[in-house]
Amino acid sequence: MRTWIPGGILGAWALLAISVYILPLSPNLIQLEHILVPPREGALLGYDDLGRDIGQRLLVGARTSFLVAFWVVGLSALLGTLIGTVSAYLGGWWDRVVVQVIDIFLAFPGILLAIALAGLLGPGIENVVVALAAVGWVGYARLSRAQVLSLRHREHVRAAEALGSGRLRIMTRHLLPLMMAPLIVEATFGVAAVVIAEAGLSFLGLGVQPPDASWGAMIRDGTRYMLVAPHMVLAPGIAIFTVVLAVNLLGDRLRDILDKRLANVMGKEQ
Amino acid sequence: MLTFITHRLAGALLVVFGVVSIVFLLIHLIPGDPVEIMLGEAASVADREALRAALGLDQPLARQFMTYLEGLLRLDLGNSYHSHRPVFELVLERLPATLVLAGMALLITLVMAVPLGIVAAVRRDSLWDSGAMGFSMLGVSVPNFWLGPLLILVFSLWLGWFPVSGRESFGAVVLPAITLGTGLAAVLSRMVRSSMLEVLGEDYMRTARAKGLAPSRVILHHGLRNALLPVITLLGLQLGALLAGAVITETVFSWPGVGLLTIEAIQSRDYPVVQACVLLISISYVLINLLTDIAYAWVDPRIRLGGGH
Repeated sequence: MRTWIPGGILGAWALLAISVYILPLSPNLIQLEHILVPPREGALLGYDDLGRDIGQRLLVGARTSFLVAFWVVGLSALLGTLIGTVSAYLGGWWDRVVVQVIDIFLAFPGILLAIALAGLLGPGIENVVVALAAVGWVGYARLSRAQVLSLRHREHVRAAEALGSGRLRIMTRHLLPLMMAPLIVEATFGVAAVVIAEAGLSFLGLGVQPPDASWGAMIRDGTRYMLVAPHMVLAPGIAIFTVVLAVNLLGDRLRDILDKRLANVMGKEQ
Repeated sequence: MLTFITHRLAGALLVVFGVVSIVFLLIHLIPGDPVEIMLGEAASVADREALRAALGLDQPLARQFMTYLEGLLRLDLGNSYHSHRPVFELVLERLPATLVLAGMALLITLVMAVPLGIVAAVRRDSLWDSGAMGFSMLGVSVPNFWLGPLLILVFSLWLGWFPVSGRESFGAVVLPAITLGTGLAAVLSRMVRSSMLEVLGEDYMRTARAKGLAPSRVILHHGLRNALLPVITLLGLQLGALLAGAVITETVFSWPGVGLLTIEAIQSRDYPVVQACVLLISISYVLINLLTDIAYAWVDPRIRLGGGH
């Protein structure tokens, strides 16, 4: 029940994002006679300051959000887990350097470094992905490092080492599978963070460029017409809010389930 | 205690050095030539070379870095490309506004989060609890660049209680502070709740109740004081979100702080100012965490005697 509702909401948004490739949409069509027209029949979410259909732009924005979230979470999780796992397993001076680098990246609060990076690299969806992944890998690196440190002296790892398994085999076969649960939870919350971050960068004018639609940019455009056309701010905001809320609920639920499963496994071992 | 402080201080210095290096390198990541961007396409080659030499951009990277570090030690961060005023001055001018905003936001955070967390823990699994945790979930999920416009819509445009933007009148800080504080309050109320739940099961709480103390005294005097200890460290870490959030919140409300300056500088490609803003915000964050760690160790001897970390 608590998994189905947020899962359903997310699935619906994902379908809407995919529908952009199928439906005959014209999200960039400027219709001057429709400027700032509030929701009505035929355009359920109304029109924006250029007379473009907000409902259609919302769908394109969903695609932007999901694409960026997919790439950023994928890249950062892959890169971070690789760096964290290898660093913790090998140890030594390499590990000390990695820890220091992680500490330095963590010293930049929140998305500040991403804002600076995106601002300096210039606008565009690729630069948003680069900027957010450059900041995002740190969390996964720290998490996987901590995981490996606590797992590497477990019996099955020692047994594998005694049997002469290579380092690569131990990392991929004996460590990674046990690290998956917390990494999946982290990645789930990561999706929520990236959706907000992408929209935030676009809100600041550092993300997706017009005429492409992004939820953050739509809110930014809407703030200029709040008195006459509040629907311009409300629609994209509600979209971000529902997606992020659904992801967070799902992440909480997932953590509960995986924690319980982990507790069971631990219980059996003892 | 002294060993602990030196140990932490050395670590912080190393981190600050890394932060400075990254901020310095940021400017070399920019695609294209900053000189060309500043002067435009039409400038003559001689002009470009003159500016390049004036900015030191013709020097080797290591030399430029040394010059940058030297300048930092003298609090000389270069001049703004646009107003040609010292960057340090520009940033310093904007600092008070950000401090006022962050301080008010922190106040609002504490006023919201601590009572919510306590009520949720004391009335565990009741309607109060689910209400407080529901608020927390909503607060975490609402981005501040949407909450801000929503608050403006309701309280400025419809009700007319507060100004839309700027910081001229006294009430102007209220909406930005709520916008900035809500997310942190959501996170913090969860922490207070879980920390409080742990404390509530302790023996000394039972003793306090058995002594016949009033429930409010048991919870506030014996419970809260112990529950808040671990929350303080987490609060220090979470303040980073507040500082980064200030960039967006200040933009929403045209609040003339360091955050808005960052965005203005990015838009006008005023790189020294961007560098200085990022540096200032990050280093304040490192300092805040250093101070919370030291304060925590000072209050709780288990930390400083536990081997430095």
